[in-house]
Amino acid sequence: MTLVQISGNLLFFAFVCYLLATLLFGGAVKGAKSESSASEKRWGKLAIIVTILGFIANLGYFITRWIAAGHAPVSNLFEFTTAFGMMVVGAFILIYFIYKTPMLGLFALPIAIIIIAYASMFPRELNPLIPALKSYWLYVHVITAALGEAILAISAVAGLIYLLKHVDVTKRTKQRFWLEAVMFTLVLVLGFVASTTTFSLMDYEASFSYVDKEEKPSEITYNTPPLFGMNEYVALTPNTMEPLAEMPPLVNAKKLSTVTWAFLFGTILYGLIRLLARKSISALLQPLVKKANSSLMDEIGYRAVLIGFPVFTLGALIFAMIWAHEAWSRFWGWDPKEVWALITWLFYAAFLHLRLSRGWHGEKSAWLAVIGFIIIMFNLIAVNLIIAGLHSYA
Amino acid sequence: MNNIKCACGHENPEGTVLCGNCGRPLTAEAENQKMVDMRYEGSARRSQTYNKTVIDKIWNFFSSVRVGIWLIVIILVAAAIGTILPQVFYVPAVTETEIAAYYERVYGTFGKLYYQLGLSDLYGSWWFQTLIGMLGISLIVASLDRVIPLFKSLKKQRTRRHESFMKRQRLFGIGENHLKDETLVKSEEKLKELRYNVKRENGALLAEKGRFSRWGPYVNHAGLIIFLGAVMLRSLPGFYVDETMWIREGETRALPETEGYYLESKEFTLETYDKEQTDEVFGEAIERVGTIASNYQTDVVLYKNPKDALPGDTKNLEEVKKESIQVNHPLKFDGFSVYQMDFRLDELRTMNFNLINKKTEESLGDVSIDLVNPKDLYDLGEGTSVELLGYYPDFSGIEEGEPQTKSPLPNNPAFLIKMITPETPEGETSFVAIKQTVEPLGENEYKLAFKNVETRDVSGLTIRKDKTLWILGLGGLIFMIGVVQGAYFNHRRIWIHETANGEIAIAAHTNKNWFAIKKELDQVTEAALLPRYIDQQDIDSEVDKKEGESSS
Ligand code: HEM
Repeated sequence: MTLVQISGNLLFFAFVCYLLATLLFGGAVKGAKSESSASEKRWGKLAIIVTILGFIANLGYFITRWIAAGHAPVSNLFEFTTAFGMMVVGAFILIYFIYKTPMLGLFALPIAIIIIAYASMFPRELNPLIPALKSYWLYVHVITAALGEAILAISAVAGLIYLLKHVDVTKRTKQRFWLEAVMFTLVLVLGFVASTTTFSLMDYEASFSYVDKEEKPSEITYNTPPLFGMNEYVALTPNTMEPLAEMPPLVNAKKLSTVTWAFLFGTILYGLIRLLARKSISALLQPLVKKANSSLMDEIGYRAVLIGFPVFTLGALIFAMIWAHEAWSRFWGWDPKEVWALITWLFYAAFLHLRLSRGWHGEKSAWLAVIGFIIIMFNLIAVNLIIAGLHSYA
Repeated sequence: MNNIKCACGHENPEGTVLCGNCGRPLTAEAENQKMVDMRYEGSARRSQTYNKTVIDKIWNFFSSVRVGIWLIVIILVAAAIGTILPQVFYVPAVTETEIAAYYERVYGTFGKLYYQLGLSDLYGSWWFQTLIGMLGISLIVASLDRVIPLFKSLKKQRTRRHESFMKRQRLFGIGENHLKDETLVKSEEKLKELRYNVKRENGALLAEKGRFSRWGPYVNHAGLIIFLGAVMLRSLPGFYVDETMWIREGETRALPETEGYYLESKEFTLETYDKEQTDEVFGEAIERVGTIASNYQTDVVLYKNPKDALPGDTKNLEEVKKESIQVNHPLKFDGFSVYQMDFRLDELRTMNFNLINKKTEESLGDVSIDLVNPKDLYDLGEGTSVELLGYYPDFSGIEEGEPQTKSPLPNNPAFLIKMITPETPEGETSFVAIKQTVEPLGENEYKLAFKNVETRDVSGLTIRKDKTLWILGLGGLIFMIGVVQGAYFNHRRIWIHETANGEIAIAAHTNKNWFAIKKELDQVTEAALLPRYIDQQDIDSEVDKKEGESSS
C-alpha cells in the first residue's frame, strides 16, 4: 500500500467512526431520563472515545498525506474542506471537554460528516504547489483560519440546538420557516453528494466547445448531464444530452448544471424525508433536543465565539496579511476571498457587541451564530464557485 | 457639578447609577430593576450624563454601541456589494472609457449600472473611507467614555456592598449561617485555593480575579486604532512606494524611487513540474490539469552607485548582492522589497540579417540589429554599409505613407533602411518587416535577407517600500493581546457577608462564562456550607414558568 492509499483509508476509517459516534451520542441523549444521568454518562463516554479514535485517524490522514505530497494538505478544495471538517471535530472535542454535553456531539458530528462528504466530491489526487502557494505561510494561514472557523462553527451547532428547542414548530412563524430552510440547505449538500456520486459512478462525461467571455474559443468537460449549455456551445462528445438552454458568456453553465442537479437531488431527498416522516425536519429533530439545557447551549454558543474569534482573526486576517505581503507584495488587495474573511470577522464583531452591550442573548444570539456559520460556508463554497479571485483553488 | 449623596454617606458624581461605595441603586430606574446592570459598575459616563452642547451630542453619537454596530454592519454590507463584480483593479482595462466599456460589454446593463454607481471602485470611494473613519472615531470615543469611569470604580471597590446591590446580582443567595465565625474563614481558604484575591473586612468578604480581562476590549480597540492610523499614514508621501518595472535579461536598470540602486537581470526561469519525475505522486493531477508551473524566478544582481556618482552614470556601480527573486521570496534591501510579479517569455532581442545581391545571392556580410538600442549605421567594410533611416518596434501598418508603431516594445519590428554597396553608392531604400520587404523607390539590386532572431525573457517586478509595516504589525499585535485578554480570561467577583440579622448573603458576578463561576461558587458553597444561590437569569426556569402560566 502506498502512503497515499494509507492516507485515504485512514480518512475513510475516521468517517465511519464519526458516523458511529453520532449514533452513540444519539443513544446518550435518547437513553437519558434527564441530563447528566448515569446512562447518558456511559453512552456519552463511549461516544467521545469513538470520536477521538476517529479524530486520531483523521489526523493520521492529514499527516500521511502531508508526507506523501511534501506539503500540508490544504492546497486544493478537497484538502482544505476535509481539513475544515476535521477541525470541526477537533473543536467539538475541545468544547466537549469543557461542557461534557453529548447533545452537542449529536449535532456537531453530522455537520462534520456532511462537510467531509462534500469535500470528497472534488478531485482527490495530490497536486503540486503552484509558485504562489509555496510558502510556509500557506500552512500557518490556512490551518489557523480553518481552526478558527471550526470553533465558530461549534457556536452555530449550539445555536441550532437552542433554536430546535425554542422555535415553536407547530405554529406558522418566520422562525419556523427559516429554521426549516437551514435544514433544507443541509439536505441540499447531501443532494450534491448524491448527484455527484451517481454521475461519477456512471462515468458521465460530455465535452463541448464554446466561446468564453473574452470571446475566445474554449473547451469544457461536464461531469453531469448538461442541463445548461455554455455560450455558443457545440457538442464534441457524440450522443450527449442536448442542453435545455444556452447561457450567456458570463455564466459558467457547467457549474450551473452541477448546482441544479444537486438542487434536484436534494429536493427529492427532502421530499422523501417529509413524505416518510410526515413532518418537517425541525419537528423530526425536536424530540431529540427536548432535554437540552438552554442556558448551557446559550453559554456554549457565546463561549465558542469567544474562543474562535481570536484564532480566526490571527489566521484569516493577520497571518493572511503577512503572507499576502510576502507573496503578492501587498498585505491587502480587496480580493473577494479576503473581503469575505473581513466580512466574517466584522459579523462576529457585531455579534459580540450585540451580545455584550445590547443584551442579545438566547434566541437572537442563536440566530446570529447560525448566520455566522452560513457566512463561513458561503466563503468556503460560493466564493470559490461564483466569485473566483486569486484564491480560487484548482 | 451636582454630586449625588448616597444613604451610606458617599458622594457620587452626577450620572452615577450604583453608589461607588456600597452599590445601592441611586436612580429610580435602577431601583425598580430586578437585576442591576453591572457593565461599567453603574459609574457615571460622560455620554449618559451630558446632552446639551453640540459637542455632547457628537460625543454621545459616537460613544453609542448601537451606532458602532450600525457602522460595522453598514461596512460589512458595503464590502459584500464590492465583491459582486470584480473591482476595477482586477479588470483588464486602463482608461476610464475602456473600463466603462469593459463593464458594459462583459456584465451587460447590470455591469454598466455597477460602474456608473461607482461600485466598481467601492473600497476607494470617499463614502467607504468616511465609514471607516467614523468607525475609528467611534472606537476612540466609545472606549474613552467607558474605560475611565470603569477604571476608577474598579480601583476603589468596598468589601461590603449593600443588600440592595447583592440581591440584584444574577447569582444570589441568602440563608442561615451554619459555621458562624468559621464561614468566612473557610470561604477565604477555598477561594484562595481557586486563585482569587480575597479581601476581608468586618464580616464581609470580597473575592476577585481576572480584573485585567476587563481592559481587553479597550486594548483591542487601541490596537485597531493604531492599525487604522497606520493605514492613513500610507497616503502621506514618503511612507509608501509602489512601483513596477519590466527588466530584460542582460539589462541593468535603475530601481525607481530608490537612492542609487540598480538591478541587473541575469536570467529569468520558468519551471514546470516534470510529469516523469513526479509521476508517482502528482502524475494524476498533471494529467488532468496539464502543465503546472513550479517556479518563476529572476536571477538578479543588485548594485549601488557610489555617493559621488552623477545621476545616470553607471560606470562605477558597486555590487551589493546576488539573489534569485522568486514568488514568495522577494529581494529585500534597505527597507525595499522587490517581488517577482509577472513575466514575458521570448521577447525579440536582436534580428540577424544577411545583405545579399538578389541576382547572384552573393553575401556582402551580416547585419545584427539590437532591437532595443539599434545603431544608426552598420558598416560592413569595403564601402558597404546599411543605414537605419527608421525603426518601428511594434509595426502596425502604414498610414498616409508613414509606417506606424503601436508601442515601443519590439513585438513586430520593422525598419526603413538604406543599403550602400560599391555597386550602388547612392544607396537603395528598402522597408523591411517580418516576412515582408517593400521597395518604395523602385526595384533594388540588393536586399537584407532575414537570417534569424535571438530572444530573451522579461521579468515584471514590483518595488515596494512600506514604512508603516511595523506600525500595522504593532496594531495587529496589540489587537491580538486585547482580544485574548478579553476572551480567554474573565473578571469574576464573589461577595459574602453576614447580614445585620445574622444570616449569610452571597452574590457573584462575572463579565462572562457564568458556567465556570457557578462551578467555583459550588465548591465554595460546599466548603463553607453557604446558603444555596439561585441563577436569576436561567432561561429554562423562565421558559418553564411561562409555560406553567399559559397552561394554568
Ligand atoms: C471592527 C471593529 C471592532 C472590533 C473588532 C471590536 C472588538 C471588540 C471585542 C472583541 C470586544 C469584546 C467583546 C466581548 O468580550 O464579548 C469589544 C467590546 C466593546 N466594543 Fe468593540 N470592536 C469594534 C468596534 C467597536 C466600535 C465601533 C465601538 C463603538 C461603539 C465598540 C465599542 C465596544 C464596547 C463599548 C465594548 C464593550 C466594552 C466593555 O463592556 O468592557 N467597538 N469590541
